[in-house]
Amino acid sequence: MADPTAVAGPTTDPAAALYRTVALVRGFEQRAIELVRAKVVLGGIHPYTGQEAIAAGTCAALRPDDVITSTHRGHGHVLAKGADPARTMAELAGRTTGLNRGRGGSMHAADFGVGVLGANAIVGAAVPIAAGAAWAFRRAGSDRVALSYFGDGAVSQGVVLEAFNLAALWRVPLVLVCENNGFATSMRTADTVAGSILGRAAAFGIPARSVDGTDPEAVRDATAEAVARARAGEGPTLLECTAYRFDAHHTWEHTARPRYRTDEEVAAGRARDPLEIQGARIPAATRAAIDAEVAELLDRAVAFACEGPHPDPATALDHLYATGMRARAGAR
Amino acid sequence: MPNLSYLKALNRAIGDEMGRDEAVCVFGEDVGVAVTHATAGLLKRFGPDRVLDTPISEQAFTGFATGAALAGLRPLIEFQIPALLFLVFEQIANQAHKFSLMTGGQTRVPVTYLLPGSGSRESWAGQHSDHPYSLFAHVGVKTVVPATPADAYGLLATAIRDDDPVVVFAPSGALGVREDVDLAALAPVPLGVGRIHRSGTDVTVVAVGHLVHDALAVAEELAGTVSVEVFDPRSLFPFDWSGLAASLERTGRLVVVDDSNRTCGIGGEIIATAAEEMRLIAPPRRVTRPDGAVLPFARGLDLACQPTRAQLRAAVEKAVGDG
Repeated sequence: MADPTAVAGPTTDPAAALYRTVALVRGFEQRAIELVRAKVVLGGIHPYTGQEAIAAGTCAALRPDDVITSTHRGHGHVLAKGADPARTMAELAGRTTGLNRGRGGSMHAADFGVGVLGANAIVGAAVPIAAGAAWAFRRAGSDRVALSYFGDGAVSQGVVLEAFNLAALWRVPLVLVCENNGFATSMRTADTVAGSILGRAAAFGIPARSVDGTDPEAVRDATAEAVARARAGEGPTLLECTAYRFDAHHTWEHTARPRYRTDEEVAAGRARDPLEIQGARIPAATRAAIDAEVAELLDRAVAFACEGPHPDPATALDHLYATGMRARAGAR
Repeated sequence: MPNLSYLKALNRAIGDEMGRDEAVCVFGEDVGVAVTHATAGLLKRFGPDRVLDTPISEQAFTGFATGAALAGLRPLIEFQIPALLFLVFEQIANQAHKFSLMTGGQTRVPVTYLLPGSGSRESWAGQHSDHPYSLFAHVGVKTVVPATPADAYGLLATAIRDDDPVVVFAPSGALGVREDVDLAALAPVPLGVGRIHRSGTDVTVVAVGHLVHDALAVAEELAGTVSVEVFDPRSLFPFDWSGLAASLERTGRLVVVDDSNRTCGIGGEIIATAAEEMRLIAPPRRVTRPDGAVLPFARGLDLACQPTRAQLRAAVEKAVGDG
């Protein structure tokens, strides 16, 4: 029987470590949804359930000093890159103990200390930002890379395609991870994307491949190749990671219930579950130990989030300017 | 004493800042050959790793500069056309500007956006003649509009060194201005500190950018009948409110000349703040572009949409006559 303590840390068997990340993200999202219902997390969230293998697999192929940019559906990326779940949950709850001191929330969670240059609430906006960071690394003589997540909806944004052009032209050390979860909000990929996602990369001479985004190990291996290319100075690579969004575009749908897919379709999509796929690769006892450890960790994260202080309204304009410049108040 | 042109002052400021700080780099269209002259000689001096000619891809390279800034660099972006700011408003107002607050102060985005040739160039028509500085002041992006070569040098140097995004409008109406300066005395000019170009006791004229020179001409025309103080805010956001208040303590009358469209132009904010908080003995007045102006092509129509010296003179006389 496996020693439960052997799977609690980050330096364990790679298959178990991947499972742990998937389980952590799954459990985090479930608890975050509960906190949305309890009105502890305001503004709702964009659940990442079903896509956990992408965050887990990609981040497993990165070094701590590499950076990522994330999306509105970003909790998985932030956690997989190494942000503290308790501080991430506290950020969702808008507390001073959150990653962003309660100034960012779900859609802007950032942790520069672990290379998370921020989740971004404008679809596709972070792709050129990641490219610029990657270029700066290369200019500094380092072999650090940047990885940018974006969805299938983003491939119709002009700025994303412009960024493909710049990144390829200047051979920046960038990994482009398109998470094709089947939907741009309510719109099916086939109804929003002319041509193909891989074809867009090909148009700019960017090597691209499609990966099973429900298989953490497949994602990790494909990312490792892309990262190696980037570190070697060979420029960007695009990975189209396909998965199925298990839950709503946004928790708003839990009450509004827009109908754009059937229950049968969702059930079929949920049948290919990254948690089960990776869970089947490790001993049952290891899996159980990880589940217990993660559950306890998340219990503590929720408690930490709920105990954190709400920011003082008098500090609403703190951090508006990096220089500390103070803006005029709205009433004087 | 050397005679320095406004454009050469911009060029000198960029070169000096690149010389003193390896992190400063330049992005833009045609910056290598320097079609605007603002970047003349920089490619040869600093090389292609620091002076990057970009594709015509404003949104991507503006976002790219934000990323480079997050990774520790201090990019300066040159835009040849002021209306390109509309194209990259998302990248500046919604991304670069918001990172500091949204991340709870985890990072900074020290990017400078330089517009060498903002406002009308006379007959460059509807999409090349805008002067959208009020838009950036409105969203809270640091915004400067230098009027003279020494201030162009000093404010651009400050913008590059600033840890926040700064938009530098260099009005086409000021690019030809020259002045005798001691080059060794050129120095950064702090943001939020106005400059009184001419002292007076009857009325304060707040003039933005190239209009400072028109205000000085009108003040000279009126000398003997009206004593006009010409106040150049130099930076619109932050704004030197205490400097303006001190001027109005002396004069009590306010006229603003502002090359913005009238509704929500910075002139409206200056007058509103003065009315709320400062000493006024006569109704304040402003001379601006018309509401919603789209500059027509024909030269006479273009000029008809810009503030004129005659309009300013009439506004000053009315302000004095009213109180």
